[in-house]
Amino acid sequence: MTNSPASTATSHRRYFFEKFGITERLLERCLGEALAAGGDYADLYFEAVTSTALGVDEQIVKSASQGTSAGCGVRVLSGERTGYAYTDNLSPDRLLHAARTAALIASGPSKQTVQGFTDTPVGDLYPVPLGGFNLDLAARLELILRADRAARAFDPRIVQVRASYSEELRRILVAASDGAFASDTQPLCRLNVFVIAKDEAISTKGSAGAGGRGGLEIFRETKSPEHLAQEAARGAILQLGAVPAPAGEMQVVLGPGWPGILLHEAVGHGLEADFNRKGTSAFTGLIGRPVASSKVTVVDNGTMEGRRGSLNVDDEGSATQETVLIENGVLRGYLTDKLSARLTGAANTGSGRRESYQSIPMPRMTNTYMLAGDDAPEDILRSVKRGLYAVNFGGGQVDITNGKFVFSASEAYLIEDGKITAPVKDATLIGNGPEALKYVSMVGNDLKLDEGIGTCGKDGQSVPVGVGMPTIKLDRMTVGGTGR
Amino acid sequence: MADTVLPAEFTTVDLESLAADIVAQAVKAGASDAEAVAREGDEFSVSVRMGQVETLKESGSRALGLRVFNGKKSASASTSDLTPDGIRQLVEGAMELVKVTEEDLLNGLPEREEFGAIKDDQKLYFDDVYSLPGPERIEWARRCEAAAMAADARITNSDGGDFNAATGRKVLANSRGFLGSYKTSYAGVSAAPIAVDANGAKQRDGWWSSARSFALLESPESVGAEAARRTVRRLGARRVPTQQVPIVFAPEVARSLIGSVFEAASGDAIWRSASFLAGKLGETIAGPNLRIIDDNVMMLPSGVGGFGTSPFDGEGLPSRRTVIVENGVLQTYLLNTYTARKLGMKSTHNASRGLAGTPGVGCGNLFLEPGTLTPEEIIGDIKAGLYVTSLMGFGTNIVTGDYSRGATGLWIENGELTHAVEEITIAGNLREMLKNVTAIGSDLVFRGAVASPTIRIDGMTIAGA
Repeated sequence: MTNSPASTATSHRRYFFEKFGITERLLERCLGEALAAGGDYADLYFEAVTSTALGVDEQIVKSASQGTSAGCGVRVLSGERTGYAYTDNLSPDRLLHAARTAALIASGPSKQTVQGFTDTPVGDLYPVPLGGFNLDLAARLELILRADRAARAFDPRIVQVRASYSEELRRILVAASDGAFASDTQPLCRLNVFVIAKDEAISTKGSAGAGGRGGLEIFRETKSPEHLAQEAARGAILQLGAVPAPAGEMQVVLGPGWPGILLHEAVGHGLEADFNRKGTSAFTGLIGRPVASSKVTVVDNGTMEGRRGSLNVDDEGSATQETVLIENGVLRGYLTDKLSARLTGAANTGSGRRESYQSIPMPRMTNTYMLAGDDAPEDILRSVKRGLYAVNFGGGQVDITNGKFVFSASEAYLIEDGKITAPVKDATLIGNGPEALKYVSMVGNDLKLDEGIGTCGKDGQSVPVGVGMPTIKLDRMTVGGTGR
Repeated sequence: MADTVLPAEFTTVDLESLAADIVAQAVKAGASDAEAVAREGDEFSVSVRMGQVETLKESGSRALGLRVFNGKKSASASTSDLTPDGIRQLVEGAMELVKVTEEDLLNGLPEREEFGAIKDDQKLYFDDVYSLPGPERIEWARRCEAAAMAADARITNSDGGDFNAATGRKVLANSRGFLGSYKTSYAGVSAAPIAVDANGAKQRDGWWSSARSFALLESPESVGAEAARRTVRRLGARRVPTQQVPIVFAPEVARSLIGSVFEAASGDAIWRSASFLAGKLGETIAGPNLRIIDDNVMMLPSGVGGFGTSPFDGEGLPSRRTVIVENGVLQTYLLNTYTARKLGMKSTHNASRGLAGTPGVGCGNLFLEPGTLTPEEIIGDIKAGLYVTSLMGFGTNIVTGDYSRGATGLWIENGELTHAVEEITIAGNLREMLKNVTAIGSDLVFRGAVASPTIRIDGMTIAGA
């Protein structure tokens, strides 16, 4: 090491060095093999994950499981080309074999030597559980049992309750031929409650969840088992009396927090640099141009303490940061990883992420949110004569190339003459990414981040993310119901 | 790189004896019953974009899963560490966890007399998926993209052409005497071209061919040409007004509706009252023209096993064919051992199994039986309507049946396909949608495990401009 590492970085790294016998010399040899056929750049990504999950169902602790996996991915870049190989056996000969396989993306004489590493300064955004995975299972069971009790107590029409808790500890070590060297230990936990409500006529479902990067202290207040259980139960009971959602264009008010999934789908994915480098995004070529109303500022921030989408370093060993995507309605920049930054000449925003050692990294979001505005949420609702107020959502999806996106409301109400009236059934909202945010006419002063439940999929790779938003009003959005 | 031969140590570990040994170790450690799964697989993929190689990936991995029982209590564990030390930790971990779970009276492995596996050669594995030399694999991806790019001058960009291949092996062993394993193979070729219209609006679509044997893949040229046709027809897409019209689902989207029927008829959703089909056994749930089948032993017309064919299910029960809907009447729920016991029924041999956790319910080759009309005849019968070619989002609620999804496709006017349509939703409720299937096409083709011919559904709402 050319820099003397911080003590936390040393402990993250020591895990791989001690448990798998990795040495700095071996890392250099592997990178040397990876570049032996003339690649421009190579990196090694070591990952070890341990996970635990517990579930209560019908008041019985029915399930408990744990998993461990470890492996290393070797990547070689040659121009715009990527060679990739991985192994779940971390012995030197298997690592060297993976390096030789990935090396073949290039063809030519070796033009790089690998000498020494420089530690990437690593943040301290989340606690590393002491004692690794000797978990206090009883304390974790108590969380799901409390959730179960609270959900069943909410209303006699709640006929089914399931609660689950899951936790993982992911250790990574990245060593690259450009000298980058980083390691991190990333905790992630999550509590979920699912309920079914039933009356004479129909059954409905409700769910709620919360989590983040940290320990059990996360599950307090709005993330307490009781609160989550009540939210899940309330949502299901509400749906028993829901009317058909309206169909067509109307004014839409989105509540604060998780409805920020709008940003993730409408603009976030379209601003990932890989799509823009290739010219395949609806946002390609729009930097400096208006893509939203002047009230809209959107950032992606990987440096928020304890958040589900946060990372001390990304999966290429680069520091994460806060990146302004849209400022007062004008598109400012894309999310980049090492490859897209190099090919486009843009700065690396520390957005290179991957699902596991078996996956090639690519630009991804972390925590994406809209900054607060000046409007009081009550004023926003009061300003709508007829529209939809949507406060909770299921998943969303976007077609990057034509910009069309959807997100599905799971709790929404009619707004009539400025007042919230009847709850409506599930409905999908649809819009066009580069246009939709131009119709944002009011932005609330109540910015809220989600409770830590988001998972984003891209090219078959899932990574944890966060979203956030204040209450906003869109003057025009299409609501996909069946009613009038 | 494809010429790289993996060293022998990677393939000689006998996964069957390893799985059986883990079961024995768990029983020795005090488990009243145990079940182990072992998986190994390798993959190769190449992407070519704008004629240049973009990514090459080649690797393999293995993993183990263990479920242990202590009477009516159970727990599970998984690992990628196949060393004796890793296996010891796997067994110890599962045994430790079973201490914290509670008795569930219906929990347990199937009974001994239920186990079994199809003995016939189901033709699931062909080693020809890796027969192409490395440079030719790249060439297949390149040819597929090139065919798409050459098909139309408006195709000016691309998300690439791909060729990939994979093989895998699944092993299941338990303490009640079942030990089975099977190998599978897969090869695929695809293209995703991007077209631009006169106004600069971009559209992307794609097409693919996949098969268990390399010899059965369609040519990269035909796949590329079809990808181009699908992409170019999206150009000039516009919204249509909010209205109710007949909707025709192309096979590639109709199959998701059949998947929803399976999900809603799955035992786990049924015993929880978490399905619009709960309590509907023996009742009419769909139009009299509907016959839906889940056939886990099906052979494709080409003589190889279907994409969902297997010798045994996730609990070691022999795979079989199940008629789910006949003349519109729900014939059975889809069950594994646990959900069958919950409902006082017998397993339909539909257990699915991941590495860790309890078995779920999964389909094999799931399909809607074809009718007699060609897609052109179905479309030709409609004065004004929508032909849907892709769907977006997750707006299918199995509990209530409420359905609301983003859609793109082509407008039908006087029996002909006219302009492209985008940025609209289609909505209804599966209860009514299934009864309002007013036409079924003759065009059933298995491009994956779940398949449907073209279908027409009346009474749904389009939300648009």
